[in-house]
Amino acid sequence: MYRILMAAVLLMLAAVSNAQEASQVSREEIRGLDEQIQDVKKDVISLTSELNRLEEKLLFPSNTQVALFVSLPDSSEFSLESIEIKLDNQIVAHHLYTYREIEALQLGGVQRIHTANVQTGAHPLEVTYFGKSKSGKEYRATASYSVDKAVGPKFVEIQIAGNQSAINFKDW
Amino acid sequence: MNSRLASAIAGAALTALCAVAVQAKAPVDPDPEALHTEKLRDLFFGEALFNAHQDKYFDAITELDTELKQFRLLDDPELDPFSLHFGQAEFAVGDLELSYRMHRDAGRAMEQVLKGNVPQPIKNEAAFRLAKIHYHKQQFADALHALELIEGRVPERVRADEQFLRARVYMQLGRFEEAVALLKDLKGEKSLAGFVEYNLGIALLKAGYTEKGVLELDGLGRNAGSDDAMGALQDKTNLLLGFQLMEAKEYERARTYFDRVQLSGPFSNQALLGAGWVEANAGRYDRALVPWQLLAERQPTNSAVQEAMLAVPYAYGKLDVHSTAAVNYGHALDLFGAQVDVLTQSIQSIREGKLLEALRRKEASQVKNWVVELRKLPDAPETHYLLDLMASNDYQEFLRNYQDLNDLLERNKDWLQSLDSFEEIIALRRGYYEPILPGLDVQFRQVDARIKMRLEQRQRLAARIENLLINRRPELLAKSDETESRLILQQIREILAYNPSLNSEETEARVARLEGVLKFQLSREFDERLTEAYKHLQELDIVVATLQETYQRYVRSRQAATHSYEGYADQIASLRGGLNRAQDRIDQLMARQGRMLEQLAINELDQRRSQLESYQIKARFALADSYDRANELQEQRADARKVEQYQQQVEGLKQSEPEESEPAVNPDGEPLPTDNPPELEAPEQEMESASDE
Repeated sequence: MYRILMAAVLLMLAAVSNAQEASQVSREEIRGLDEQIQDVKKDVISLTSELNRLEEKLLFPSNTQVALFVSLPDSSEFSLESIEIKLDNQIVAHHLYTYREIEALQLGGVQRIHTANVQTGAHPLEVTYFGKSKSGKEYRATASYSVDKAVGPKFVEIQIAGNQSAINFKDW
Repeated sequence: MNSRLASAIAGAALTALCAVAVQAKAPVDPDPEALHTEKLRDLFFGEALFNAHQDKYFDAITELDTELKQFRLLDDPELDPFSLHFGQAEFAVGDLELSYRMHRDAGRAMEQVLKGNVPQPIKNEAAFRLAKIHYHKQQFADALHALELIEGRVPERVRADEQFLRARVYMQLGRFEEAVALLKDLKGEKSLAGFVEYNLGIALLKAGYTEKGVLELDGLGRNAGSDDAMGALQDKTNLLLGFQLMEAKEYERARTYFDRVQLSGPFSNQALLGAGWVEANAGRYDRALVPWQLLAERQPTNSAVQEAMLAVPYAYGKLDVHSTAAVNYGHALDLFGAQVDVLTQSIQSIREGKLLEALRRKEASQVKNWVVELRKLPDAPETHYLLDLMASNDYQEFLRNYQDLNDLLERNKDWLQSLDSFEEIIALRRGYYEPILPGLDVQFRQVDARIKMRLEQRQRLAARIENLLINRRPELLAKSDETESRLILQQIREILAYNPSLNSEETEARVARLEGVLKFQLSREFDERLTEAYKHLQELDIVVATLQETYQRYVRSRQAATHSYEGYADQIASLRGGLNRAQDRIDQLMARQGRMLEQLAINELDQRRSQLESYQIKARFALADSYDRANELQEQRADARKVEQYQQQVEGLKQSEPEESEPAVNPDGEPLPTDNPPELEAPEQEMESASDE
């Protein structure tokens, strides 16, 4: 009986082993597929780039576009927790930051927080933030600015100088 | 046989540990320097950095790509703030493409830099990055060729990385002596602490300097560092040393290293198994049981645990405790049977596409270790069996490719929906503007004509005022009553000329006096009036400027109105076509990549199932053997007991008062089984069912 069992098991193992060999993926196939994936990535990047431009042109034409950006210059000791932005006395953005976003800001990244369409002229902007220092001290500040929209697109950088409880604005 | 088995285990484990060793440091980390900028000069470059630092490579590459394309189209690119980041952006794109696993494009970009007329330090950096790409693609000879393109001094910030990469390339090419020389030079480099020592130890072992290698690794195995990563490296080192020495049959020394591995770390199972084999090999089966029994209670999907399930009864057998061995073989068989079922279900689940379905879920990007956690989903495969496979380079590449393709598929789906929305917006705009624009254009043309006329009037007035500065003509600045008086006097002159009888000296004098008064008045106020006229012209200019601004605004709005719905149809159609074609390709590639992932997983599970089935066979034989031996022992004991009873009876007969026989005592203290346990029947039943099949 044991011999029969052994023979059956060995036959089964041999069949499994053959099936595995047949289904093994060759290095060439892996390489070929990987290159095709890289090609499709390249094409989609190019398409997305064009789609982004089309979206901007359609939804935020330059004569009405205002974009607001947030940065943390020289604030590696400061963690931005949240920010609220009012444009024309309306809350247009309220953002709670994740750890990755804070890290990206501390490393010099700039977050586009809001893009809007406004008419030419002056528009009141009010920014409120809340954050903490490494030691856990809480910081909160509010600042106002006037966004002067002209014919071209308008970009405003909101620089949060956390540990000084200050907000600076820069027109680009 | 023990020794052969222990050596085989040690050899297999050692190969695995050595193979992983050279990959101890991730080869294609995003280069922080490529993304570092002292002072940000362009918001959009900063936005790309924001995404790149969050590992959102696709978004970062797309943004930089868009910026670079727009920048190249500018007439005066040097006026654009992006020009200050242009060179860095081109490098950053290459670097991000590398992180996004677009090696081919990144490699081409680097090769372009190497061929171009650029300073040597930039070429050196490009060559270093190209070498990293080749290393990652496991093209080690090409990696070395790229490293050999480096001439002169390497920038300080990448010097250590370059040397470390070179050493690892040498190791992969089997040039261990050269690797040892480089790694020795790198010792003490803080950023590579631990990794240098580990690789140096491996290189020394491979180069044949076994004692030096062991010594190097021994230092690292004693104190690699306090954090989790260094703790794991320390355990890995000790495990490597343990298997190395076990293979060399230095069992006493090997045990020391296995004992150093933390009991809760990722290498603890292997270490416990190794520790048991060291003791078993030395013939100390009672001591081998300590780590093996501890291991046998752990996660039953682990291969070391499954091996321990067999090793424990094996040790009991060697200790002649066959009944306990039989019971443990029974437990092992139960567990193997259950796990074979789990594996069969998992294979079935993968074949039904449940693995790929789970990998496509949103949780894949939100839940840490989702590839493991997905086992909690209903009917999902048991991913604990796939942990080793998942750690392999191929599987990781396949998985990332599959997830990247899924991400692209979802993005394209969103864009296709957005294109529908864009068309809706365009139709709404067309529906709103088209009926009103012709009427507005008619009104505009009328207003435009009036504006032009008024502007011409203004030009004439301005020219007249300019002329008055040169040709003084006070009458041109006369007020209406003065002009009227001048015309009346002129009329009187005409009447007098026509009818001289009406003229007299007195009349002539009066007319002349009145003309004189008028002329005097105009001349006297000329300067003041001219100044006033100039001021009025300036006031008019302000109004005209406002008019022109409103005019321009209207023209822009009018153009924007047309641009908001005209000229998009072709572009949208072309983009939709492109997206649909890309979706078809992504679908096909996902299916192929998915099949490869499934195949790898099924192969792994199949292999584990085959191993378990071979364990089952061994366990059944061993179980039967243990029962035979236990029965044999029982029979021997029963015979001995009968002999003893017979002797007692004989002695009792000899004595006048017979004594009661004492109960049988097991000489080795093990409780004697009274009847056959049910497991004894099991093999026969199973054999019958197997033969029926």
